[in-house]
Amino acid sequence: MISVTDLRKVYRARSGEVAALDGIDLHVAAGEIHGVVGRSGAGKSTLVRCLTAVERPTSGSVRIDGQELTSLGEAGRRRARRRIGMVFQHVNLLDNRSAAANVAFPLELAGVRRTARRARTAELLELVGLTDRARAYPAQLSGGQRQRVGIARALATDPAVLLCDEPTSALDVTTTRQILRLIKDVRDRLGVTVLLITHEPSVVKEVCDSVTLLRDGRVAEQGDLATVLTRQSSRLARDLLPILPPDQPGPFALLEVSFAGDHPAGGGEHRASLAFAQLVRHLDADVAVLGGAVETYGAQQFGRLRIGLPPTASVPDAVAFLRARGLTTEIVPGPTATEETTAETKEAATEETAWGRAER
Amino acid sequence: MSGGQVGVATFAPVAEAQALGAFDNRVINERLPEAALETIQMVGFSSLFTLFLGLPLGLLLHVSSPTGLRPSFLVHRALGLVVNVGRSLPFLILLIAVIPFTRFVVGTNIGPEAAIVPLTLGAAPFFARLVENAAREVDPDTVEAAVVMGASRMQVVTKVLVPEALPSIISGFTTTIVTIVSYSAMAGSVGGGGLGYLAVSYGYNRFQTDVMVVTVIVLVAFVQIIQLTGDFAARRLDHR
Repeated sequence: MISVTDLRKVYRARSGEVAALDGIDLHVAAGEIHGVVGRSGAGKSTLVRCLTAVERPTSGSVRIDGQELTSLGEAGRRRARRRIGMVFQHVNLLDNRSAAANVAFPLELAGVRRTARRARTAELLELVGLTDRARAYPAQLSGGQRQRVGIARALATDPAVLLCDEPTSALDVTTTRQILRLIKDVRDRLGVTVLLITHEPSVVKEVCDSVTLLRDGRVAEQGDLATVLTRQSSRLARDLLPILPPDQPGPFALLEVSFAGDHPAGGGEHRASLAFAQLVRHLDADVAVLGGAVETYGAQQFGRLRIGLPPTASVPDAVAFLRARGLTTEIVPGPTATEETTAETKEAATEETAWGRAER
Repeated sequence: MSGGQVGVATFAPVAEAQALGAFDNRVINERLPEAALETIQMVGFSSLFTLFLGLPLGLLLHVSSPTGLRPSFLVHRALGLVVNVGRSLPFLILLIAVIPFTRFVVGTNIGPEAAIVPLTLGAAPFFARLVENAAREVDPDTVEAAVVMGASRMQVVTKVLVPEALPSIISGFTTTIVTIVSYSAMAGSVGGGGLGYLAVSYGYNRFQTDVMVVTVIVLVAFVQIIQLTGDFAARRLDHR
């Protein structure tokens, strides 16, 4: 549904050329909710501007719903934009229009007749649960209500794709959850494809099926949540499943194990816990669980555990044993390692979060 | 204008005239209503033409500005120059300078109809600047949002810029009308008719202080009504 291939956008600055996007590939299947994360300056905004054809890319292709955007003229781009619903961080409603008139705005732009507009607006306001606030002006609505109007407006022209640019960044935790639930609900009901730009880990956790991490204009990590979270040394996993960095030197050799499993309620197997029990027997040693995080994302459980092996146990043996059971396992260059690597690990653990914001 | 000078010095006669219950001056009783009507006519038509001229001009100034919808250095500079020339000329000089043009348009340079031409030319650039400022106050993110939703430039102007800036535009228009009222008195004094003419030719030249006082009162009343109406309209239309 959304297909971005080798997208490059180069800006000319005084100091030379700056590549805001440097060969981005991004493919989102119909009906999927895809998160795009990255710190500010990673290229998120430029990507959005290219997807809405506000910005012309330097090279590469942007296809939405089968239509190539990069080769369109002004009128064509305008028509293409009506097939894309856009939800903005600051909503950007028209202050002198009522909620209903704001929802009707894209229809008005598209030249839809008044009676058809009325019917569609009523329908959309009901979808977002604001029928009783139809006549209210944006100033009379709460932040969450405003964003609901924004979502209704984005859906007005029945778009195939919903682009959400930091839709919850200006909202509190409870409202954020409600808005995300609404976005998910809209996807389930209307089958619209959603691209969600965010810097909040909780947003990815709440609604995304798949995710792309941008760094310096490039795709640093990409894939569905299960793949990304269980990948070897994944930056996203480190942010979404944070474990406190080891700060006390101990007698243990440290391993970090990532796993994805079906939700227990769904009758899935408890691969990880079984594997640990088996490991203890296999090594005939006491395995300590030193830290970990387990979260339910969507219908799946994801976890990262830090376990400590006593000096008597063979580390390579344990790693091979766990990997054989489908668990992503890596050796942590922890307190037992040299001073240099310790410093590196700490830096990696504290500063280098995918969102540029310490979440621990 | 000499009206202020004399008016300030003669407030005592107001009470005197009120005590008498009526004015026993034929100029006030017979010429004043007619002069007031002429002023209303001058101000009304000039305001209307100022609106038609100044609104597009102001919007064009904004749209062609470097941060506008369609930046054009040349258009912006050219329009800016026109507006600045119009604004920098003292009205009295403009009034006289455009006499040939006034004659060409109206056929004469005497009377209320003729005054409409310099009044419009004097007020439109002023109003255009106010419109430009009002349009600039509209959140650029809101404008870009409309573009992203598929609005054409014309749609952005008519459906976003003007409606969102409307309260400010109305405030600006109110200020402009008040300015036109004061200009109209000046135009009147040099042959335009209306209250200005009455004040100068009777109140000042013929030393009929009561005429001057009543004219001042009527003008103040006009301005009050215009300002209050404008403020009310701007408030009603502002939903921010």
